[in-house]
Amino acid sequence: MFGNLDFDVIRRSLPYLFLDGMSFTLMLTGLSALGGLVFGTLIALMRLSSYKLLGRIAGLYVDFMRSLPLVLVIFWFYFLVPYIGQWLTGASRPIRVGAFTSSLVTFIMFEAAYFSEIMRAGIQSISRGQPAAASALGLTYAQSMRYIVLPQAFRNMLPVLLTQTIVLFQDTSLVYVLSIPDFLGAASKVAQRDGRLVEMYLFAAAVYFVISCLASWGVRRLQARIAIVR
Amino acid sequence: MKHRQIIGCLLAGALCATPAMAQELTGTLKNVKETGAITLGFRDSSIPFSYLDDNQKPVGYAMDICYKIVDAVKKELKLDKLEVKLNPVTSSTRIPLLANGTIDLECGSTTNNAERQKQISYTNTHFLTASRYVTKKASKINAIDDLKGKSVVSTAGTTNIKQLTEANAARGLNINIIPAKDHAEAFLMVETDRAVAFVMDDILLASLVAGSKAPDDYTISKDAFSKPEPYGIMLRKDDPAFKKVVDAATSALYTGGEAQKIYDKWFTQKIPPKGLNLNTPISAELKNEFAKPSDSPDPDSYK
Amino acid sequence: MNYNWNWHIFFEPNPTGAGTYLDLLVSGLWLTIKTALLAWIIALIFGTIIGILRSLPSKAASWISFCYVEFFRNMPLLVQLFLWFFVLPELLPRTAGLWLKQLPNAPFWTAAIGVGLFMSARVAVQLAAGIASLPRGQKQAATALGLTTTQGYRYVLLPMAFRIIMPPLTSEFLNTVKNTSVAITIGLIELTGQARAMQEFSFQVFEAFTAATIMYLAINIIVVTGMRFLERSLAIPGYITGK
Repeated sequence: MFGNLDFDVIRRSLPYLFLDGMSFTLMLTGLSALGGLVFGTLIALMRLSSYKLLGRIAGLYVDFMRSLPLVLVIFWFYFLVPYIGQWLTGASRPIRVGAFTSSLVTFIMFEAAYFSEIMRAGIQSISRGQPAAASALGLTYAQSMRYIVLPQAFRNMLPVLLTQTIVLFQDTSLVYVLSIPDFLGAASKVAQRDGRLVEMYLFAAAVYFVISCLASWGVRRLQARIAIVR
Repeated sequence: MKHRQIIGCLLAGALCATPAMAQELTGTLKNVKETGAITLGFRDSSIPFSYLDDNQKPVGYAMDICYKIVDAVKKELKLDKLEVKLNPVTSSTRIPLLANGTIDLECGSTTNNAERQKQISYTNTHFLTASRYVTKKASKINAIDDLKGKSVVSTAGTTNIKQLTEANAARGLNINIIPAKDHAEAFLMVETDRAVAFVMDDILLASLVAGSKAPDDYTISKDAFSKPEPYGIMLRKDDPAFKKVVDAATSALYTGGEAQKIYDKWFTQKIPPKGLNLNTPISAELKNEFAKPSDSPDPDSYK
Repeated sequence: MNYNWNWHIFFEPNPTGAGTYLDLLVSGLWLTIKTALLAWIIALIFGTIIGILRSLPSKAASWISFCYVEFFRNMPLLVQLFLWFFVLPELLPRTAGLWLKQLPNAPFWTAAIGVGLFMSARVAVQLAAGIASLPRGQKQAATALGLTTTQGYRYVLLPMAFRIIMPPLTSEFLNTVKNTSVAITIGLIELTGQARAMQEFSFQVFEAFTAATIMYLAINIIVVTGMRFLERSLAIPGYITGK
């Protein structure tokens, strides 16, 4: 069954797979998670704000993004981001956006919808007395969010946020459809060049599996620790 | 009267030429000058036009031509340094990515036809090839009609898949058409018996067969889905200033004999990554075209 | 924005010789729905089995379900589809592999099974959580009434648990619909694939994607509304979901 497989192809392409491919994937995952968290928190605050209109807009954004398949969103943004850049900067022609920046914008915008739901639940889990006490102490809305509510919400939701980041890590593999060399893209390029699909895809699957497993094991441990402290 | 107008134009041109140059840059040239960078779109597996070598760097015949164009652009803009950025494209993404400014030149194996010219422009033709299909000898496919009811793969976003789709409808072949992301993936579908045939430009098929594990197992059809069609390097439409520079660069390259050398390097000598030799000397039609460079989408104009 | 909008493109004939570009997209929509429904049936069947195993007191059962869930949850769906589509047939004996590869509609079956199994792990987790949320008395009462474990699950625990997890299941079903689009990488020309094909044939990128976007939104709205009705009609008065 494994007779005519050539696992040496993996060893030969290791530097490319990890230095180029995996570093792209991890960088994209990390930056998208950060960006998504920041943007997602803003959306969550909009949704919970007392201005009805703001809440409606944020709600529509979240529902919209969550209705669409990521593959379609990736296509949309890859083709659209330069035009958005042109519109934002008022330039005469579309802004040149590289593959990495374009995917980063895509994932931030897409994941923000998911992160915002998590942050919203986190903010709502804080008892109402806390912001009330903060405002009694003379803190402004921004201050009470910044110093009281958000740190706790973030802390309570940390395991969920990290789990979502693991999902994001796996989802970044979809940039494959644009021929961008992330980890899976790199593996598929080698696989197709050398006609070694079986070896490369098994290896890629194993790498994703090990990383995700370790990460989710870490999250479970973290969850247990947080649970005890609380 | 007419003469005087021409002289007037020339005078005006001569007077304004020098100062206007710097100010009136438009389109891509302006962008390149401002950012100090130009972006080339390359392909994963358009061997030997544009593909990844062993170090995963894009190389190939069309890449070499593009680097010559970049030199010309650099000279035109009087830049000391011009950064060349590389962006991967597929058959399916190349036109939108060119239109939206992600890439400035697409260096690959893109068929030049009248329909696409409504969206983008091409510089002078760098190759001519017809659409055929590759099958395994063992599957005994001798004519297009033998593909009836079978699974046939082609690369998404190519003229080939469109021709296949149209032939399928016109001849009632009932072929199950599978779109693949790129040529190498499509060829693997035939190699692993997922599809009986792969419809593509014959030169690309020949390269894929030559580079495969068992080249003798495959045969490329005599039947063609198209006449030999021109390949061109794509650039954005409605950008005459940039097109002029690019056309001038390719013209000089083709008529000056340098293109012949680049051609020989990729088509008659060993090429990376596997030291393959495609043994495809230049055709009479392409030789003619090199003597009289043209960006015509009409296959008949190259006879 | 220097882009040539052409909304009439939907009514122009497509190159497949069968109807307009709109017909092309609608055929993609049907394939998305068909694939998603089959995948969802697979997800529900396997998800239920694994979910039950997860809730059983047996160590072995919970170990099996743990492995199953971790296996399908810790690999990107795209990679899983590649494993089913490209890798599995090569590892089978030659004739079996060849048969698998030359199945008509191989991308459809691979996508439905691949997405189905991927989603089944999520369904299993939801169901196990649903069962765990039931008061312990339910199970004890079932046993006291003389029901076997199977009967207890069949008549008491599962009907309750499924009602409780109806809202998360709705969103898992919508995830199934969305996830079918990953199958364009194995040659399934569903809605996203047809939108891309339309873009390639007609060069009208944004029109094609706008139409696909609207169709996905429509699916979403219809499913969410439908499930709300279902939830209400299945609700047990006076119980958690009865409100």
